Amino acid sequence: MAIGTAAGLFSGIFGVGGGSVIVPLLVLWLGYGEREATGTSLAAIVCIAGFAAAVQAGYGNVRVGDALLVGVPAVGGVLLGAWLQQRLRTRTIALLFAAVLVASAVELLVR
Amino acid sequence: MIGAIAIGLAAGVVAGLLGVGGGVLFVPGLVIFMSLTQHQAEATSLLAIVPVALVGAYRQDRYGNVRRRDGLLLGLFSIAGAAGGVALANAVSGKALQVAFALFTLVVAVQLVRKSVREPQTDGRARGAARSAEGAKAGRRDKGV
Repeated sequence: MAIGTAAGLFSGIFGVGGGSVIVPLLVLWLGYGEREATGTSLAAIVCIAGFAAAVQAGYGNVRVGDALLVGVPAVGGVLLGAWLQQRLRTRTIALLFAAVLVASAVELLVR
Repeated sequence: MIGAIAIGLAAGVVAGLLGVGGGVLFVPGLVIFMSLTQHQAEATSLLAIVPVALVGAYRQDRYGNVRRRDGLLLGLFSIAGAAGGVALANAVSGKALQVAFALFTLVVAVQLVRKSVREPQTDGRARGAARSAEGAKAGRRDKGV
């Protein structure tokens, strides 16, 4: 499946999970509903990111301590997000997140 | 270090709520707060994503949102792409990769804004239509990469 290969490429090149590739393509090409696309994408990402991380480890790029430093709070964040979902509008979070992304992109560009 | 923890927490929240965003926050967070190189940050982000995606997928599975067979197929087919992607990332300079990553981040941000502004918060059908339009844009963008 082309989606898998494309997602793997993005994951490998950028160090992300590949969800921003998988979810829209699952919906567009395979007629998935939004929730199923998100859920299935997350399951795939476990394998994709895991494999890409293993390859990167071969290049000596993985800092395990730092991975824990961000990864452990992130797991907490996922559970916190589930709690927040009942209390905050998704649009607010999405727009806030987009703003943070723009800020981080600018920061990376001027470094 | 506090910054990195905060980034991690935020990334988890966003990943759980929006289904995307783990790596896109991890990477700059690691570069900015832990002074990792772009290559190190991307590699480390990948490792951090695994438990986050695992927890997220487990939750979604309990809601019945995971098509397991497709998820597995996606994972398997991604292997060649992932190996190629990592090789490509390691073949370019850190600065070039950083610029490319920043642009990728901007694209994700634009996608997010368009999607969230377009869809009403409660109508599932409109959300599906909006996402298909976003998917078309994403599809064209991906072919150009």
